[in-house]
Amino acid sequence: MKEIRGKIYGVSGPTVIASGMSNAVMNTVCLVGRQGLLGEIIRIREDRAILQVYEDTGGLTVGEEVVSYGRPLSVTLGPGLLTNIVDGIQRPLLKIKEASGGFIGKGVKAEALEMDRVWEFRPVKKPGDHVEPGAIIGEVPETERITHRVMAPPGVSGVIKDIISGNATGRAPVCVLEDGTEIGLYQQWPVRLQRPFKAKLPPEVPFKTGQRVFDTLLPVAEGGTAIVPGGFGTGKTVVEQTIAKYATCDIVIYVGCGERGNEMSEILTDFPTLKDPATGLPLSLRTVIVVNTSNMPVAAREASIFTGITIAEYYRDMGYSVALLADSISRWAEALREISSRLEEMPGEEGFPPYLATQLGGFYERSGKVKCLGPDERTGSITVISAVSPPGGDFSEPVTQASLRFAGALWALDPDLAYRRHFPAVNWLVSFSLYQTELLDWYSREISPDMLRLRARLFELLQKQSELREIIQIIGVEALQEADRLTLEVANIASEAFLKQSIFNEADAFNTFEKQFWMLKVLFAYMDNASAALKRGVYIETILDSPLRTRVLRMQNTPNDGFGKNAEGLINEIESEFSTVEEK
Amino acid sequence: MDLITREYRTITSITGPLIFAEKVKGGGLGEMCVVRMAGGEIRRGQILQLLGDRAIVQVLQGTSGIDAEAASVLPTGETARAGVSMDMFGRVFNGFGDPIDGLPPIIPEKHLEIAGLPMNPASREKPDFFVQTGISAIDGLNTLVRGQKLPIFSGAGLPAKELALQIVRQSKVSEAADFCVILGAMGITAREAFFFRKALQETGSSERTVAFVNQASDPTIERLFTPRIALAAAEYLAFEKGYHVMVVLTDMTAYCEALREIGSAREEIPGRRSYPGYMYTDLASIYERAGRLKGQKGSITMMPILTMPDDDITHPIPDLTGYITEGQIVLSRALHRKGVYPPIDVLPCLSRLMNLGIGKGKTRDGHRTLADALYSAYARGIDVRRLVTIVGEEGLTELDRKYLSFSEEFEKRFIGQGDEDRSIDATLDLGLELLKIVPERELTLRARKG
Repeated sequence: MKEIRGKIYGVSGPTVIASGMSNAVMNTVCLVGRQGLLGEIIRIREDRAILQVYEDTGGLTVGEEVVSYGRPLSVTLGPGLLTNIVDGIQRPLLKIKEASGGFIGKGVKAEALEMDRVWEFRPVKKPGDHVEPGAIIGEVPETERITHRVMAPPGVSGVIKDIISGNATGRAPVCVLEDGTEIGLYQQWPVRLQRPFKAKLPPEVPFKTGQRVFDTLLPVAEGGTAIVPGGFGTGKTVVEQTIAKYATCDIVIYVGCGERGNEMSEILTDFPTLKDPATGLPLSLRTVIVVNTSNMPVAAREASIFTGITIAEYYRDMGYSVALLADSISRWAEALREISSRLEEMPGEEGFPPYLATQLGGFYERSGKVKCLGPDERTGSITVISAVSPPGGDFSEPVTQASLRFAGALWALDPDLAYRRHFPAVNWLVSFSLYQTELLDWYSREISPDMLRLRARLFELLQKQSELREIIQIIGVEALQEADRLTLEVANIASEAFLKQSIFNEADAFNTFEKQFWMLKVLFAYMDNASAALKRGVYIETILDSPLRTRVLRMQNTPNDGFGKNAEGLINEIESEFSTVEEK
Repeated sequence: MDLITREYRTITSITGPLIFAEKVKGGGLGEMCVVRMAGGEIRRGQILQLLGDRAIVQVLQGTSGIDAEAASVLPTGETARAGVSMDMFGRVFNGFGDPIDGLPPIIPEKHLEIAGLPMNPASREKPDFFVQTGISAIDGLNTLVRGQKLPIFSGAGLPAKELALQIVRQSKVSEAADFCVILGAMGITAREAFFFRKALQETGSSERTVAFVNQASDPTIERLFTPRIALAAAEYLAFEKGYHVMVVLTDMTAYCEALREIGSAREEIPGRRSYPGYMYTDLASIYERAGRLKGQKGSITMMPILTMPDDDITHPIPDLTGYITEGQIVLSRALHRKGVYPPIDVLPCLSRLMNLGIGKGKTRDGHRTLADALYSAYARGIDVRRLVTIVGEEGLTELDRKYLSFSEEFEKRFIGQGDEDRSIDATLDLGLELLKIVPERELTLRARKG
């Protein structure tokens, strides 16, 4: 690769102008200045290249050297990614901590993954076997939870001449082909380039978050995208973290993009001890954390979501279902805006560059369920759930609007619910899911055909609730008809017991689809039987004072296991009590 | 000074606080400069941008009186640094770290870069140590923990400074001897400066206090330096001397306005309400300096105060702040008019780190449930209050009346505690007592109509 040496001509915030850079290539990286700061060429004008620099530019002077090796900004992919925590350009923060203590020193260097670490390589191919791109040649037990599948990189095929078994490091190949091509444990991939796959598959299976309001009302499909916009304090980060903890998937990539350091420290402390509900193993064994907090260099923040999604694609290619949680995409957009403004580009709406939507689309569209490269028919998926932080909580702003065009589900968070400590503070009237039609078959097949009916009733009930609330704002609750009062009571139980979910209560924090289904059964059994009793002439006070109401209201605190049986019992009690209760 | 100095008498233009100088070679981004004026007066400047041999330099003391022909710019080879030592306690400095209390300069133990370095997220210690502020609305409902940044969103004329000082005074009582306070004041009036000084002296906190004060009449650029110097001092005391430092920054609105002034002088493309597009990043570089480090004893807890223009919480300053800080304490004009002190509007308040700092062994088992119940009941009471304006008190149900009376009592007794320093136990007991106004049955269905 050609090497180009230029000199710094100008410095403004995170951008550097380098002169003497003829023949430089767009989007390749350079080392800038005496400290060798990493930068990426984002614009070329004659012999000048404009770079965004991923580290603090303080102290750079005009005339310092800029060197380009013609390589694009890439991440290292291979075993050791899991349990790791890296910054926006994949610098390992634990190694940096060893090198420079509590604070990130200027120009600290560290290899993304430990090339000398010894892994146990178990070949699944033997000499003489043919491999094609994406073919699995061997496995490495990366963590107790995840087996790392070592694949022939895209573009590599041939007949195996030699393949090792046992201890392997990043310093030597694990497999050599007849034509001399070497395949190692590690591969490099440019972050801005989507990794190839055979075909995209339609989203027909729900991504199980374990959260009732999402799974039942506003589902996102495996391979889908959901956005979570909300003003500050509405609980975006809690939603992202809850999904990271409880979602049923193989791999979680958590991208903390321009957010708070203290929140990240919470994840870092908790994930090694918290158990994955599916396997009982520590959550950290399935998690990669990419974190570029708000005070870390802004250009690296811009790169962080691409670093995250490239790692996600790599695990998807192994055939895993991956969740990419981005918190928050607005901070990424702001980084883009900040750099664009330094380049003195013509601003679009709210100062964001006109290419905001294109770039966002490029990111969101890297989600999806795919048939992976390779001879076997394995499939993998990336589900993207990204938080959006609209200024002033106003959803009409460009980042929310652009995200809405690519998102299949909108989980809109509402400050009013948050003020009332109703979490997740999802406004179910504003939110939507475009996946419901595609997922109906699955619900009907895998849970119960009745699920669709109950779900529709719940929607109807919530709609009625909002109408009734408007009325009581004017005339007071006493003036409502008794049937409406009962509807309102049941709707309130629905929002309190079903839509609200507490992460502090073990039984409540994560719910299976089966439990969600049975909860709805109980709720509507209560509603139907109470209505019948009311029609028979029972006082509404008598109905509401029945301890059954409290039991329905607290059913979420019953564990997943055996919930169906408990629910059946409760339904029987509801039926017998309301059919025998005395009339006025 | 070196014998060979790089001095450039090549100022081409002057705009607001900025000078544009040519043939400035060798100066680094962020490097400090000396601006020598015709009469020999010396001012300090900092390089904001470099392009070829041209540099944009912001002059800390302002550009008034600079003669473009006669003045010169001299890069010093140093980034902006502040001298720190234990002798800072009890002293008052300006926003550049020069003493303004009439006493001689301190003898620095260290010179720290005021911009600081970003804390490594992997080195942060999870903030979970409860700080008792003695304020019920905070301790009970929006608990503060060590290492948190919890701003006070105030409005013009609301007693944010009084509240901040009360928190400082009362936290000092509950915290151990290694507690200290750093005040960073930006663009405050002479009256406010006097108020702070007097209040800190009265509480006997001054020997454990370092103050960096930039008054409204002082140069604008100094406001950009003040919080950073204050935080450099805080990092020194917390992570080298093991203190638990409470940093009070006031008023962040004046800081942001200074930022906007520079942005507009640099002819940058303005963002929302003409504040610069990078204001989020800039504010984050201040707020994110709060925290604790693994294996270190000290901590930095931050309480920035800002004035919401026209009490608008969606204004860019409170909005961006709220997106960075771990919650917010919001003051209410309505409560203030009612005579409730502190006038904390608890509904929009939040402490994101509360759950880490409460519960068994920290405050009390059931603290979370109690706080949630108080919140829901109060929110319901506020709804009823709205209803009263439409249907009148007669139209209320018995239950509604109870919620109404709860909300009144809650404001009067729980929030409106006056100067009382309440222990966490007293706060929680009072909360439990107030909840008795609402029937037990109701509490199982909290917020059911809301």
